[in-house]
Amino acid sequence: MSSENLSNMSVFLISRMLKALVLFFLAWVCFLFYAGIALFTSGFLLTRLELTNHSSCQELPGKGPLVGGGRGEPGACWTAPRFSRAVIVLIDALRFDFVQPWPGGLPAQYPYLGKLGSIQHLLETKPQHARLYRFLADPPTTTMQRLKALTTGSLPTFIDAGSNFASYAIQEDNLIAQLNNTGKRVVFMGDDTWKGLFPEAFSQAFFFPSFNVKDLHTVDSGILEHLYPTNHCGHKHGPHHPEMAKKLNQMDQVLQTLVERLENDTLLVVAGDHGMTETGDHGGDSKPEVMAALFLYSSLPLFPRAPPEDPEVVPQVNLVPTLALLLGLPIPFGNIGEVIVDLFSGEVDTQPLATALAQASAYHLNAQQVSRFLHAYSLAAQDLPPEELQRLQDLFSSASSEYKRLLDQLKTEEVREADVQALISQLRLFLQGARTACTETWARFRPARMIGGTVLLAFTCLLCLVTSGLTSSPDFPFLGLLLKSVAWGLVGAALLAGGLIVGRTGLDPALLCSGGAATSLVAFLWALKWRGKPPMAIFLPGPLPILVLLFLRFAALFSDSFVLAEARAAPFLLCSLSLFVVAQLHWEGRLLVGGPTASCLSSPTASVARREGPRALGLLVGLLLCVRLSSLFHRCPEETPVCQSSPWLAPLSSVGGGQAKNLWYGACLGALGVLVLSVRFWLRRCGNLNSSAPSILFVRWGLPLMALGTAAHWALASGSDEAPPRLQALVSGAVIGLPRVVLGLAAIGLGLLLWQPVTVLVKTGASSPNPIVVPFVGPPASQADLNYVVPQIYRRMQEALRGKLAGGGGQTPLALAAYGLGSVYSAAVVTTLALLVFPLLLLHTERIILAFLILFLQSFLLLQLLAAAVGTPAGSPGPFSVPWLAISAWALTATQTFYSTGHQPVFPAIHWNAAFVGFPEGHDSSPVLPALLVGANTFASHLLFSVGCPLLLLWPFVCEGHSSTKKKKSLTSGTEEEGEKEEPLMEMRLRDAPHHFNAALLQLGLKYLFILGVQVLACVLAASILRRHLMVWKVFAPKFIFEAVGFVVSSVALLLGVALVMWVDRAVGSWFKQLILSQER
Amino acid sequence: MKDTDIKRLFYAHLFCVFSIILTTFTPSLFLEDFSVLETHLTWMCICSVCVTIVNVVLYLLIKPNPSSKRSSISHKISRLLKSCVYFFISCLLYHAIIVLYGAPLIELMLETFLFAVLLSTFTTLPCLCLLGPNIKAWLRVFTKNGATSIWDNSLQITTLSSVVGAWLGAFPIPLDWERPWQVWPISCTLGATFGYVAGLLISPVWIYRNRKQLTYKSR
Repeated sequence: MSSENLSNMSVFLISRMLKALVLFFLAWVCFLFYAGIALFTSGFLLTRLELTNHSSCQELPGKGPLVGGGRGEPGACWTAPRFSRAVIVLIDALRFDFVQPWPGGLPAQYPYLGKLGSIQHLLETKPQHARLYRFLADPPTTTMQRLKALTTGSLPTFIDAGSNFASYAIQEDNLIAQLNNTGKRVVFMGDDTWKGLFPEAFSQAFFFPSFNVKDLHTVDSGILEHLYPTNHCGHKHGPHHPEMAKKLNQMDQVLQTLVERLENDTLLVVAGDHGMTETGDHGGDSKPEVMAALFLYSSLPLFPRAPPEDPEVVPQVNLVPTLALLLGLPIPFGNIGEVIVDLFSGEVDTQPLATALAQASAYHLNAQQVSRFLHAYSLAAQDLPPEELQRLQDLFSSASSEYKRLLDQLKTEEVREADVQALISQLRLFLQGARTACTETWARFRPARMIGGTVLLAFTCLLCLVTSGLTSSPDFPFLGLLLKSVAWGLVGAALLAGGLIVGRTGLDPALLCSGGAATSLVAFLWALKWRGKPPMAIFLPGPLPILVLLFLRFAALFSDSFVLAEARAAPFLLCSLSLFVVAQLHWEGRLLVGGPTASCLSSPTASVARREGPRALGLLVGLLLCVRLSSLFHRCPEETPVCQSSPWLAPLSSVGGGQAKNLWYGACLGALGVLVLSVRFWLRRCGNLNSSAPSILFVRWGLPLMALGTAAHWALASGSDEAPPRLQALVSGAVIGLPRVVLGLAAIGLGLLLWQPVTVLVKTGASSPNPIVVPFVGPPASQADLNYVVPQIYRRMQEALRGKLAGGGGQTPLALAAYGLGSVYSAAVVTTLALLVFPLLLLHTERIILAFLILFLQSFLLLQLLAAAVGTPAGSPGPFSVPWLAISAWALTATQTFYSTGHQPVFPAIHWNAAFVGFPEGHDSSPVLPALLVGANTFASHLLFSVGCPLLLLWPFVCEGHSSTKKKKSLTSGTEEEGEKEEPLMEMRLRDAPHHFNAALLQLGLKYLFILGVQVLACVLAASILRRHLMVWKVFAPKFIFEAVGFVVSSVALLLGVALVMWVDRAVGSWFKQLILSQER
Repeated sequence: MKDTDIKRLFYAHLFCVFSIILTTFTPSLFLEDFSVLETHLTWMCICSVCVTIVNVVLYLLIKPNPSSKRSSISHKISRLLKSCVYFFISCLLYHAIIVLYGAPLIELMLETFLFAVLLSTFTTLPCLCLLGPNIKAWLRVFTKNGATSIWDNSLQITTLSSVVGAWLGAFPIPLDWERPWQVWPISCTLGATFGYVAGLLISPVWIYRNRKQLTYKSR
């Protein structure tokens, strides 16, 4: 007895080892992908923390007396204002050479040269009133980032980690906010980008492209104008087009009028926010893009000296502290620019010493503010290098004490001008050092990391491809190789850590992980190489059409138009793929009778094949219809103005009219009901619903309860305003409670499913007229016996089940009947999906339920169609494999679902409302929970489809059962052969060959990871190759982020799905053991 | 026998190609402001009509398949009527498929339908000419070993290339080049036409090169 137990044990041990190995291997591959993504991200996505501190008028940025007329009150905060008003004309994409003076007589080489005659005229006639600068923009030279820089004085990166992702509104301290705080009025004319950035900030705003200057004298503070014509023209034609000259002439006339109406206390600033390339694009960091123009003018003399021959270069951020101090405002908290010193020279005829002192005091205020910012920032984030910060701090404190010394000295005796100049240069050194340090950290790509990440991703994809081809070979030493390469990886990571510690650079987790990943990857590939050259076919994922499809998906991510159009492209490709499947079936003659393949079959099978044709066609038509219908729920990307977002994405509460609302609510309820009933129907059809397992009981009673909860929540959420006041408290309580209840129910259901995943009903009949084929007398004697017995049991069970289903009552009773054993795995997966979908539904708006229903139906049809295309695996003992075709179609469906549940891969399109489901009052400080909710909403499709991925492997086996039922029905009237016919084993075929089962799961996982990984790789390549592209921050970078996060979600969900199937398998194993034991008694 | 057949096929196809080229140039002699891109609907109509006429004329001249035994006039008329009905049904089917692929349902319906007509002209019409209104024969021809003559083979190739051309024609639509030919359905009709022409040219060459492998069973 003990030896038998031992042998049993060893069988289970081996199979469980294999299962652990599969999971471990998949996790390792996922880790490789994550490391690649992390490394690339650390080199590509420049991030910065947004501080919400604001400078205040009353409080100086550092210790020290108020110098230069500052009174610490509105009107003269840190310094006395030199101007009471400023007119800022911001011309989009005003490149420096558009403004550059052009000698009158010379013929212009390009149409854009010398067109702004008014500026040229002022520069020539009033050199002390006007000055032209080269205005150096920091990359990224996208308008949004530049506008932020021009008002906050900082270096905006692509992701400024702030408190609010939902809107573009600037949270940091900025000039406009300071103007408002000190009670000045800000009037704006121009593009409505500003409305998004500064909501409610303008006392008067005219958001239109053209404007009229006749009102200007009514304005008493700052005027901002943002003019776009040059930018639009540039995007369309490039700078060399004659149209550009026309636009510049128009600009010139506007400026002319402005200058004529300018009053004495007003400063005119004409600036470009960035330049443009020769093709009219911007966004990158090439010289023509970053070199904009800045022109300053006042009716009073501004500058003590004549301008230098060649205009000076002024970094863009410098405008912010300059304007702030000139207008008597505090410098915005996060500013890192330095003042433009020429403007702080006092009156024209002052002494050089007084000029120097005035400049020194402006510099000192500026330096105090920057030092305060650096201190605050280094407390909040660690990305600025600490040594550099220390050096800067030392520089500042020495300069500051020198300044104090000079001030003290001034009270008693003369101060030498040279000393002041030395102090000024020291302060400038500090300011420039601070700006350089910030630029280094916030505005530079790290190409080495980007390339490293890309290479790592590419080789991991290769690894997936090769190993997925090798899983079916039985003698491949997965375990040994895996352990060896993981060990190598650990060694590599340890060595790298050692090197980093010795080299005194900080331990960067991304770098460490990717170092380890790279070593283990190299070790694995090296070992593969030593095992001999694999056949070439292994490097090709599937037949030609799949290659074409993969290539199209890969290449499409390199075009911004196709990234924007992916919502339409994915359904298009899915339709093509499914049409291709059916066409290929027909081409191979498997769809029709009369073809050469079908004609050699016997008549009953031919009759099945005759039904197969219309069935496949029906599946195809249904699938195409579903795909088309699901596109009704698309949201439009902002870049396509013609496109209209689906009105059904709005929550029901926004639907006007009670009638329409009620109708929609009814439709949503109907969809909910259909969803629940279809899951039940499917389980009943497979025979799993008869089981008394707790999870099935939950499906019977818990699912309707969850549906009820969802419906009630929708009703309350959409009509909560209409509730009578007495019930208001109840309603608000329910709005909080219901989603949590549904989530709790889902969790309970999952727990029950994991506790007893075997959803099989066993009935023991008393007697049987047919003798059981293998009589169970005594315990199984050997391993071979056990192997023989187990299949026999479920063959019997299946027979009994079929007998019940086909013949109804009165059939010959059999010894054992197990209902739903053939679909025990897929029943668990489908139940899990049904449980998952309800919480996800609650996170979406109500009417998305229709999209979810369509998608459930669509994936069902797709699975059926694919199963028909793969053909039933009857009689094959393995190896099993899921074709590339099926996996690509599945991945495509996941992508399509992402779009047809109303998502788009851009940040403003994220459904932020999801964070408030169940938490209508908002959250506490912790961002984890809202992030989880929003993430679950955004990546719902990735989650569902990855968990459901094992269905691709299981479905053909499930279909085998159904098709044989039909076969049986057509035969019942016929002969007695029925009993001797091979019973459909369905998913028990997989259990018959545990090794092949695990290998197939591993292969499935690897293939799915490959398809997803290739997409991430394409995004990574597109983002790094096109990092100078106009659309990189608008299209490619968000797409990369969404794709990368989607990959992480998908891979984790895939691991969970595979683990679930394995868990069920283990449970089925122990269930069999119990069954055999009970038979023995 | 076979070589002369291939030659006939080749000349017939050349004639078709020539007629399609003519449709792009000659109408401007008679119609004012005609151009393929700007008055696309007119061109589509002309092209379909022209290809239809050429196909029917060629079929009557060459008679690739020996005519069936019964050739009474009433039989011929019923065949003709049936063919017309089939052609119309195929247009509707194509229209439905194009809409399912993502074409707008209500706007531009005429354009979509004309595109369906054009596709039917390139695919269904040759089938009608060569095989008659006989769905079974059509289904047979489009299976792996279903071709029974070089005409069937050429039918396979031209049909496939027209459809693939139309499919490829959809790809430039989302691009932001703002060219006149990116407007729906111009790129698709042009793709289908190019595909059809390519199929016409490729099929004789392909058949000639594979003439050794092509052995046809009699029906």
